[in-house]
Amino acid sequence: MKVSFRDLTMRFGELDVLRDISLDVAEGEFVCILGPSGCGKSTLLNIAGGFLSPTEGSVTIDGEKVSGPDRRRIFVFQERGVFPWLSVEQNIGFGLFDVDPQERQRRIDHYVKLVGLSGFERAYPRELSGGMKQRVEVARALAVNPDVLYLDEPFGALDSITRLQMRSELLRIWQAERKTILFVTHDIEESVQLADRIVVMSARPGRIQTIVPVALPHPRDLSSPGYISIRDSIFGEIGLAHRV
Amino acid sequence: MAIAVWQVAIAGSRGLVPGPVAVVMAIGELARSGLLIRYIVASLFRVTWGYSMAVLVALPAGVFLGSSRRAEAALHPLMQWLRPISPLAWIPLAILWFGVGDLSAMFLIFMASLLPLTLATTRAVHEVDPVVLRAARNFGLPTRRLIPSVILPAILPQLVISMRISLGIAWLVVVAAEMIAVNSGLGFLIVDARNAGNRYDLVIAGMVLIGVIGLILDGMMRSLTRLDLIRWSTLDPNR
Amino acid sequence: MGGSSTEDGQLPVWERIAWPALASAMALIVWTVAVRWSGTLIFPSPLDVARGLLQLAEKGLLGAYIGDSLWRVAAGYTLAVVVGIPLGLLLGWSSSVARAVNPLIELIRPISPIAWMPLAVIWFGISDVAPIFLIFLASFFPIVTATASGVRDVPPMYLQAGRNFGLSTARLMRSVVIPAVLPRIVIGLRIAFGVAWLVLVAAEMIAVDSGLGYLIIDARNAGKRYDLVVGGMLLIGLIGLILDTIMRRAEAWAVERR
Repeated sequence: MKVSFRDLTMRFGELDVLRDISLDVAEGEFVCILGPSGCGKSTLLNIAGGFLSPTEGSVTIDGEKVSGPDRRRIFVFQERGVFPWLSVEQNIGFGLFDVDPQERQRRIDHYVKLVGLSGFERAYPRELSGGMKQRVEVARALAVNPDVLYLDEPFGALDSITRLQMRSELLRIWQAERKTILFVTHDIEESVQLADRIVVMSARPGRIQTIVPVALPHPRDLSSPGYISIRDSIFGEIGLAHRV
Repeated sequence: MAIAVWQVAIAGSRGLVPGPVAVVMAIGELARSGLLIRYIVASLFRVTWGYSMAVLVALPAGVFLGSSRRAEAALHPLMQWLRPISPLAWIPLAILWFGVGDLSAMFLIFMASLLPLTLATTRAVHEVDPVVLRAARNFGLPTRRLIPSVILPAILPQLVISMRISLGIAWLVVVAAEMIAVNSGLGFLIVDARNAGNRYDLVIAGMVLIGVIGLILDGMMRSLTRLDLIRWSTLDPNR
Repeated sequence: MGGSSTEDGQLPVWERIAWPALASAMALIVWTVAVRWSGTLIFPSPLDVARGLLQLAEKGLLGAYIGDSLWRVAAGYTLAVVVGIPLGLLLGWSSSVARAVNPLIELIRPISPIAWMPLAVIWFGISDVAPIFLIFLASFFPIVTATASGVRDVPPMYLQAGRNFGLSTARLMRSVVIPAVLPRIVIGLRIAFGVAWLVLVAAEMIAVDSGLGYLIIDARNAGKRYDLVVGGMLLIGLIGLILDTIMRRAEAWAVERR
């Protein structure tokens, strides 16, 4: 098992934000953590990234307990995480400060191309759109060859059309490099479009309500009966009506 | 157009306030006697030294205080107490410690710029986006490299803005200091011209020169914002 | 208890008191030791300063000087407020007025109050008027600029909504513009006051014969009373700080009331 959560509980003062989270994620799996705002899913990811310590329980990656930020597990933020004073290539190369220059350039070139930003190497974030900045972040994350990628609602700041594009971009990149991905979202459709498994969480205190496997091949047909039935089952899980 | 207004405005007075022509002639007179260059250089020399010293102390201090909550908490009351004290209030102490001369003026400028620059730098460090800091730590950046690799580049644009403002203030302080505590320079020119013979044309000439040089200094600082290291910011450099 | 964070939070209360107390105590100690150690006959120790100020207070002069300084800054500042805010509102609201008046403002504004000092002394002599005039100048421009830009920045949709409800210009001003602009004005007021306080001291050093600025200059000139020089400086700092804190509270209150 690549990532293991064991009996994780997180308490802030009197408040239980997360309770008894146990979950195993396999290597190369794309897992979505789905839930409404405030259910603790971001907190869960922060703990997995080593930015918070759980009150009880633990997270292990490859058997090793997570105790702090580490470059083997990279967080992808919403575009805000891009360093504005560095160009695209400098950003992507940021984590590679102890790699020899030739290898560094090779990796930068590879990932610039992979995320589709060829030609923008010397551009600064100020000149890029939100979606492009997001890609810089993904490229930067991948360049250091992490074991796990954490994405916390990365497409939230983008318009819905760009969001659709970015999702297929992400899947394309994931299929090329097969990293283990934990992806937090509140968007049901997004989770069904992306994940191998969907971890549905309940509202405070955050518990795992159910885990829904999505055995559909990529690219996923948004009109196929398989897709619709999985999506509807999640609607049902969360207790939402099908009509607006 | 301003000059025309000026000419019209003094047409009513009885020769007490000089017109633009008189002022220009006064400047010419100064240039011929060599005093113009001497005074300008004197003022610039003092402001350069005093201001540079302040920058050299204030920037590291500001970064340190911005990064250490404890240090900032410790020094906060002292700094807030000193902040409302006008730079000119330091003149008696300056004269006591450094006598009447260049060193006094430089000290005054140093004191006038030190606290504002330090506080501005500290504020800039606080305003660095925590997400950016998080990302840097995530990539395994060792803590000792956090300041040079992340914090310094991040605060540079804001720093340049506050440096520009401080330089403007420093220039005014040097003039004021020269009016009171030294024997050369543009500030001295103004005071001396009035005291020594009511030469108001020289007074106004001095004021004009002070204004012009102030604008030049300001323009120099603004051109700094065109550097790549600073241009990346979306901050308006003309604030 | 909540999980500990590897990220920064607030310092605990005891630390927020202990560290400054420690630093301030150390500053006093270093000061006293330095004076003792250097054997200076002129520079005061903290105790000397306290004694000097007390002496001044007993003579009744301290209160008088503080009072004079306060009244001058109050007069100049209030004048600036009374003239500046309406003018700022007008400038921000009417672009035709702005076009006419702005060039004049931009011409005069960069001339620092310090540069006005010689003129002020010529015009008003040694009296209260000179510092009040300088303080007025120093406060006037920040207030006008802050008010005008605040009015210009009122979101147009507020004004549209107001007009939609049939408000006349006067009512619009009162019910929409002024509440929207208030925070900006208050911030401008606070900054203007800071400048006013600085200029006050400078003005008093030159153009009058009472007040805190005068105290500093006179104490030195009349008898090398550096204990009063330093005491005066510390008082200036303290009173300025107190007034600034009051203004910040007022600002917080005004912002909250929106």
